[in-house]
Amino acid sequence: MNKRQNLLKGIIKENPVLVLILGTCPTLAVSTSVSSALGMGAAAAIVLLCSNIVISALRKVIPDTVRIPCYIVLIAGFVTMVQMLVKAFAPALDESLGIYLPLIVVNCIILGRAEMYANKNKVIDSAIDALGMGAGFTLALLLMATIREVFGSGTWMGIQIPVLAQNNISIMTMAPGGFLVFGILIAVVNKISGGKNAKKNFGCAGCPSAEICGKTSCEEKEEEV
Amino acid sequence: MTNFIIIMLSAVFINNYVLSRFLGICPFLGVSKKLNQAAGMSVAVIFVMLMATAVTWPIQTYLLDPNNLGYLQTIVFILVIAALVQLVEIILKRYIPSLHKSLGVYLPLITTNCAVLGVTILNIDEGYTFAESMVNSLGSGLGFFLAMVMFAGVRSRLEGADIPKAFQGLPITLVAASITSLSFLGFSGVIENLFA
Repeated sequence: MNKRQNLLKGIIKENPVLVLILGTCPTLAVSTSVSSALGMGAAAAIVLLCSNIVISALRKVIPDTVRIPCYIVLIAGFVTMVQMLVKAFAPALDESLGIYLPLIVVNCIILGRAEMYANKNKVIDSAIDALGMGAGFTLALLLMATIREVFGSGTWMGIQIPVLAQNNISIMTMAPGGFLVFGILIAVVNKISGGKNAKKNFGCAGCPSAEICGKTSCEEKEEEV
Repeated sequence: MTNFIIIMLSAVFINNYVLSRFLGICPFLGVSKKLNQAAGMSVAVIFVMLMATAVTWPIQTYLLDPNNLGYLQTIVFILVIAALVQLVEIILKRYIPSLHKSLGVYLPLITTNCAVLGVTILNIDEGYTFAESMVNSLGSGLGFFLAMVMFAGVRSRLEGADIPKAFQGLPITLVAASITSLSFLGFSGVIENLFA
């Protein structure tokens, strides 16, 4: 795989949100307005880039058995840095992201890329992978936020849209609208990709934490039942 | 006393962690297929939330704040929760094997669950006292339990339904979650009027 394909795969073919279904919590929560979605996307992308580079550089130093705790500490460190920067330079963004800013620590995209890519590949490749995945996450958030903000409050980045501003569907900016828009977007992606992903069930197998919890605890449990 | 009831009821119904705050979506969608799994997972979450709050609140109040180390909150909390979950698992395995058998498999999953980290950070952000924090954690856990168990019921009805191909699997689950969450919107405003 050349560098260009590596960069582009995160945006379309392996989009972390719409195809790999990772990082659902922040996607649903901050996509109520375009500006907070962009802020969230940028913050997560910066953390992802830093953590992928450092984890890839340290991949031969970190002992395999304690790698997950090491990754979590590294990621938490970068999240704290981003948190302090946002508090200092963009207090309005800090306000709108609220609790979801520190919760980037438990965003599965970041731990997932560390586990699936950065600990097996060279620093430059990992950085490119992080850029692609970060862009894919931001674009997916932007798409969701555009749909929700345009129909929900009749604005885009605060710009009024003539007819929709008077006839907004306020449920779109509330919690049920988030689930609904996300569900329909994934259905559209399934349709376009020819139902290749439709069969893939959402569960432990796709979750990056699967490695931590002994891979198949959910499936084992299911078989028992 | 009214204060505790308000915190409790709003954590369970109005600010439900899953359906209105979007925390803990992964287990909500992943482990809600069968009722007994959903219940087991939720009980484990309630347990860990209470333990995590009991440990992190004193750390923040007596250790981090007096030493101006508030910015270490994120790192310290995630490490404490991860260590705590491991410890609880080891203790359960050694002393109460029957409980470990029913809850144990869910415990490691909870380490990276945003609902647990979320509740500990929110308790600090809201400025709750220790007792209020514990009540809030219990309420949040019960809210998670309620959402999981309700949704497991909804999903069992979906199994036999005739669903368009593109919507099979996750999309229809999300649409069902949307309708479940819609029903919880009906609770907004109830608590204020109840104690007005």
